[in-house]
Amino acid sequence: MLKIENLHVSIKGREILKGVDLQINAGEVHAIMGPNGTGKSTLASVIAGKEGYEVTEGRIVYKGKDLLGMSIEDRAREGIFIGFQYPVEIPGVSIANFMRTALNEIREYRGLDPLNGAQFLRLMNEKQKVVELTDKLSNRSVNEGFSGGEKKRNEIFQMAMLEPTLSILDETDSGLDIDALRIVANGVNHLKTPDNATIVITHYQRLLDYIVPDVVHVLFDGKIVKTGTKELALELEKRGYDWIKDEYESAK
Amino acid sequence: MKSEISYAQKLSQFQLQTEPDPYRPIEELFKCQIWNLDAITLPMLNGWYVHDRQPLTRLDNGVVYGSLRAAMQQYPDIIQKCHEAFLQTEKDELTTLNESQYTDGIFLYIPDEVKMKDPFQIISIINSQDDLLVQNRHVIYVGQGAEMSLIQCDDSVRFGHTFLNVVTEVFLSERAQLHYYKTENKEKESQLFNHLYVHQQGYTHFHSNIVTFNAGYIRNNIIVNLSEPFADAQLYGLYLVDKSQQCDNHIKVHHRATDCTSKQLYKGIMDDEAMAGFHGHVVVHPDAQRTAAFQTNRNILLTDKARVNTTPFLEIYADDVQCSHGATVGQLDDEALFYLRSRGISEHNARKLLMFAFANEIVKFVEIEALQDRLGDMVQRRLNGELTICDQCMLSDADNRDFVFPIDPSKI
Repeated sequence: MLKIENLHVSIKGREILKGVDLQINAGEVHAIMGPNGTGKSTLASVIAGKEGYEVTEGRIVYKGKDLLGMSIEDRAREGIFIGFQYPVEIPGVSIANFMRTALNEIREYRGLDPLNGAQFLRLMNEKQKVVELTDKLSNRSVNEGFSGGEKKRNEIFQMAMLEPTLSILDETDSGLDIDALRIVANGVNHLKTPDNATIVITHYQRLLDYIVPDVVHVLFDGKIVKTGTKELALELEKRGYDWIKDEYESAK
Repeated sequence: MKSEISYAQKLSQFQLQTEPDPYRPIEELFKCQIWNLDAITLPMLNGWYVHDRQPLTRLDNGVVYGSLRAAMQQYPDIIQKCHEAFLQTEKDELTTLNESQYTDGIFLYIPDEVKMKDPFQIISIINSQDDLLVQNRHVIYVGQGAEMSLIQCDDSVRFGHTFLNVVTEVFLSERAQLHYYKTENKEKESQLFNHLYVHQQGYTHFHSNIVTFNAGYIRNNIIVNLSEPFADAQLYGLYLVDKSQQCDNHIKVHHRATDCTSKQLYKGIMDDEAMAGFHGHVVVHPDAQRTAAFQTNRNILLTDKARVNTTPFLEIYADDVQCSHGATVGQLDDEALFYLRSRGISEHNARKLLMFAFANEIVKFVEIEALQDRLGDMVQRRLNGELTICDQCMLSDADNRDFVFPIDPSKI
């Protein structure tokens, strides 16, 4: 589904990713872990198409297409979803209007008819339950005045609405208490199918108690330096990242 | 204002219509398209109140409305009382000119404790072959504890050169409440000057919301006297102008007594070579302790040539006050744009969503639901370039000239 080859990315001339290789297949959950400042969020941003990131080498192939050549919106329409670490507040744009515009543009791209008002509201009500959002979301402005937990739940709600093929959850667990974490994780698990894939970017092992990964990668100094099973995450939790650092330094 | 010196000369090319047109129902010329709005309509045509031999109407609850000219004979004391409230207030040249030359206007009297459920709607229509000068004066008196809403619409039927100079005097007795809404959708040959004078006694509440969609030149002056304690004024405005249109909002709020509050929030989007001005001035007089006054003006410029002059200004002579002012001129939030696009929304639609959100904040303050819905819809169509001045209203007599004023979202 997704193949990243020798990806080098710079921000303002400073190289952040220094040759990342990664392959994700349908039905898989991958975790990308690593200390702060090693390029985890940069990887998510590059896949999303955010401006200010310069790809100097390498490529990303998604469903057989060159991802880096696509516009931001086309990536979403092709089924890529990023759950952001810091979702922005957009005063005055209601969640309903936002999601309806997004959903119908995606449907149009895929040659489907737009949803009418009733169909859309039914879908919203159904998907709200996935993240246990009970209060009426439709009239609230996007993320405005939301708590940290509500913002993250709203991200997973959007993911449920858009039914992406590849979801990348960037530090979705940061700032969440244990209940919110459980709700978010349940939402993600609920949405898992054999046809889609998820990348969970996280600093801590905690989230992986709930979202069990098939593969765990450690990103360090702009490269994936170790890949293993979920046991690797447990080991990192126990021993920290220093031994990874030592291994990496001595291998150099 | 230096430019006003030339008004006398400028005005010489316009003609005042000295008599009303022969009566015909206003519906033949104009039909308001605010659905579900039950309003008492006060039609003006070419500067004259339109009526069929009944210049003043008196309702069972004592409310009186109709032609100011007729009211001057029957209710001179009320008109005098309103007029005297502004004797000490500074007036510009055009207001003075209006005082000596006005033809007619609306008189509206709400007795004490009467709470009007339905709003009044002044509809001012211009339909003349001449280059018309219109000098109107409206007097609105709201009794103690009375409440009402007033919608004032300025529209054109014919696309001629017009110069409108309108003075509205509002007197709010103790505890009175007035919600005042104004929509302006004028052709490019028109010049519209509105002067709104508001006198507020104690514990009154005044709310204004002025939405300008299209304009040749529009100037909205508001002068508010908060003359007794615990009076409150909330002033909102939105201007969406393009081409060579120009819209100026001049506001002056006098805090003359203690414990009064005022708020100004004006927003605008300018395209092409359009120009806008916001001049908000708050004067806190020496004894006006515990004043709270806030001013905000936010603008989005779509081109290099669009311009806005913004001067929020506080003049404070009391020491126990809470005041703030601020102005911004800028563009849309890149982070928000990225977020919307990352969900599959095209850049074009993402910009439109954000522009609508920016503008709709003002519309949200409209408390009449039918009007809020309609204005929201008009703002959306205006930003889509679909709102022309002749399709806002079903003008049976309108020329079929093609006027399209698209604000182009791709330029932000």
